[in-house]
Amino acid sequence: MTAVAEPAMPAYDAPIAAPAPEVPAHEHEAKPHDILIICYSGELEKTWATMILATTGAAMGAKVRVFLTFWGLQTFVKDQKRITGDNVMQKMMSAMQRPGVSHRKLSKMNFLGMGPWMMGKLAKQYKVASPKELLQLAQEMGVEFMPCQMTMDMFGLKPEDMIEGMGEPVGAATVIALMTEGSAPLFI
Amino acid sequence: MPLEIAQRVDAKGLSCPMPIVKTAQAVKLMVSGQLLEVLATDAGSTKDFAAWCKTTGNELVESSVEGGVYRFVLRRK
Repeated sequence: MTAVAEPAMPAYDAPIAAPAPEVPAHEHEAKPHDILIICYSGELEKTWATMILATTGAAMGAKVRVFLTFWGLQTFVKDQKRITGDNVMQKMMSAMQRPGVSHRKLSKMNFLGMGPWMMGKLAKQYKVASPKELLQLAQEMGVEFMPCQMTMDMFGLKPEDMIEGMGEPVGAATVIALMTEGSAPLFI
Repeated sequence: MPLEIAQRVDAKGLSCPMPIVKTAQAVKLMVSGQLLEVLATDAGSTKDFAAWCKTTGNELVESSVEGGVYRFVLRRK
């Protein structure tokens, strides 16, 4: 029989280890294979990319979350809203770039709407689903849309300005937490 | 014995990502072990359906192409 070494006893005056800092709980907890799209841009082509990747991610069984911030949030204002915001500058911003998923402009070759119109024609011809159709599908498939609170405030957007089915507004900390927990991040 | 197809998805003419999206929606309504037949004309679908099956764990039973129409038979996991 061999003697089993006793574990060394800690010295009586050893400092007591500080308890691990408590990780603040947040309702969105990510797992590896989750996808996190940061939808920052409001151009038609980037909106399209966001919607295609979100629906495909959901179709492939991944939990997809889309954080909507800056110009990306404008896409999720109701199509029929013309002017949003409380003060003159916020109202001017919405007047210069009409919000809503159906009013996106191309970053290049916009030509006063000729570009998006041609893109729409081509998409119909080649049976490419429009961003609006893909957005609706994404919502049906459980993609979570998280508006940015700061952008809501800065642009004077109210919850009733936004399309149905948006999640609670969150901040950058939620986004970073989701990334550190293993979501694949995409910045579009 | 021919395979008994429980559900069909006609995604002919549709572009990415609709064939995959429609397939995922159809599979959700099926029970484990049932077979789904998908028809598509999107040239990327051979690779896409293989990737979809690999990621989701559903089985790709058949994958063929005839006259520009891709046919996939999938078994729900």
